[in-house]
Amino acid sequence: MDISFKNVSHTYQPNSPFEYTALNDLSFSIDRGSYVAIVGHTGSGKSTLIQHLNGLLKPTSGQVKMGDFTLAPDEKTSNIKMLRKQVGIVFQYPEHQLFEETIEKDIAFGPKNFGATDDEIQERIPKVMQAVQLSEDLLDRSPFDLSGGQMRRVAIAGVLAMNPRVLVLDEPTAGLDPKGQKEMMDMFYSLHESEDLTTILVTHSMEDALEYADHVIILENGKKFMEGNPEDIFVQKEKLQQVQLDIPEKIAFLKAFEERFSRDMPYVHSDMKQLAKTIQSVVKGDEIDG
Amino acid sequence: MASSLIIGQYVPSQSMIHRLDPRTKMIIIFLFVVFVFFANNFMSYGWLTLFAAFTALSTKIRLRYIAKGLTPVWFLIVFTFFLHLFVTHEGDILFRIIGFPIYSGAIAQGIQISIRFFLLILFTSMLTLTTTPIEITDAIETLLNPLKRFRFPVHELALMMSISLRFIPTLMQEAEKISKAQASRGVDFKTGPIKDRIQAVVPLLVPLFVSAFKRAEELAMAMEARGYQGGEGRTKLRALAIERIDWYAFIIFTFVLTGLFILRQ
Repeated sequence: MDISFKNVSHTYQPNSPFEYTALNDLSFSIDRGSYVAIVGHTGSGKSTLIQHLNGLLKPTSGQVKMGDFTLAPDEKTSNIKMLRKQVGIVFQYPEHQLFEETIEKDIAFGPKNFGATDDEIQERIPKVMQAVQLSEDLLDRSPFDLSGGQMRRVAIAGVLAMNPRVLVLDEPTAGLDPKGQKEMMDMFYSLHESEDLTTILVTHSMEDALEYADHVIILENGKKFMEGNPEDIFVQKEKLQQVQLDIPEKIAFLKAFEERFSRDMPYVHSDMKQLAKTIQSVVKGDEIDG
Repeated sequence: MASSLIIGQYVPSQSMIHRLDPRTKMIIIFLFVVFVFFANNFMSYGWLTLFAAFTALSTKIRLRYIAKGLTPVWFLIVFTFFLHLFVTHEGDILFRIIGFPIYSGAIAQGIQISIRFFLLILFTSMLTLTTTPIEITDAIETLLNPLKRFRFPVHELALMMSISLRFIPTLMQEAEKISKAQASRGVDFKTGPIKDRIQAVVPLLVPLFVSAFKRAEELAMAMEARGYQGGEGRTKLRALAIERIDWYAFIIFTFVLTGLFILRQ
């Protein structure tokens, strides 16, 4: 689903002492199948932005286009349910939305609302349980018996079971242990690849944005502050620090390395092992020279 | 949904009314509510309306905002007016509406009762607009203090009140968050047959209750961890004090009441 925002603004409680503009003349577009990270510090408008993606909020001026759906201030969007079916949002702390007696019922809740048949649901449940790495033995248990991390997985499974085309993740790993964070981010990435999803990740973690996203949008006070490739964005240390953000550790390391050894070490998207190899060759090379 | 209803909504400012001691405000408002019922002609109602308007202006809150917040009660006020119009049978018959006789006394009474109703709501909403919930409970605690002699748990009552007031916005936010999450999972709160809409409340209420209980437990733990053990010997961070401005308020209010008794019949 192609997504485009055209001069979108959103003002909460207009004409009251509590008037607050959360989004201010924001324009960008996201191509189908891309993985976009939206970064910004608290209060920059990220949460307001994602609520425009499935019509929970409408822009107070401007226009949002989600595929064939249009959201505009005075227009009544027909069939908003069809839009919500295609845009799955995993909110912050999604475990707070669990309510059914059993995990199975809770996962089935979304698909059922969107008119999936029982057969379809029974087919999807094992798939999503596997995706979030929960054992199927748990299906008859109450979601409230689980640990926090497991509850999070159940809630995410409930969103995945809707079979969305666009997956929106609002800090999905907040409050998880480091290993769980890595597992979960890897899981989303492999789903993104295998299901050909359009993924939008809202995050504080520069590391995650660099690792997984192929496009980054940085918000500041409801406005777009920067946009582009992670490789281009995350090397601009001074500019990022203007908005209380910092460069990812990997790049910080490479910069320090460059300075120390006065060698060019541009960042190329690569994993730790490759990075280690490059560094090894540089270090060894220097030893021979010295 | 909550944004249009201002009853119970505090608007910060530095106005005279905001700076009054909450006890002063509560006593004056309590007396005002009682004495509104003593007004019995247009002069006395006009006098009280003038006073209420003067108070509303001196809160420095935009009048449009106060008026907008009263929208839900306009209906009740208009309803009261028409009820009196048709039910009261005093004075001369002025004219008939589809066979119903309308008496001159009915119009007068309808207008007066509607004004009374309007004044009550306007004046009491002024308390919550200019006083934080914490100030209100502090005031209640001190005002009820004499009841301690009869073993009435004043402190506990005040604590319960301040905790519940404190958590109303939190729970509302939480409810909004959960309803958004469930709406994203295809729950439709706004359209469809009544039966479906009632059922749609379950996925909202269950998580809300769960989190309310969790919050209560965490709060109790946090309070105990910081040594809370009831009201005995507990001092206040913001001690209430009656100052000169409060005396002025009482003097003005006495003046208003004297005026009321001169003007009424």
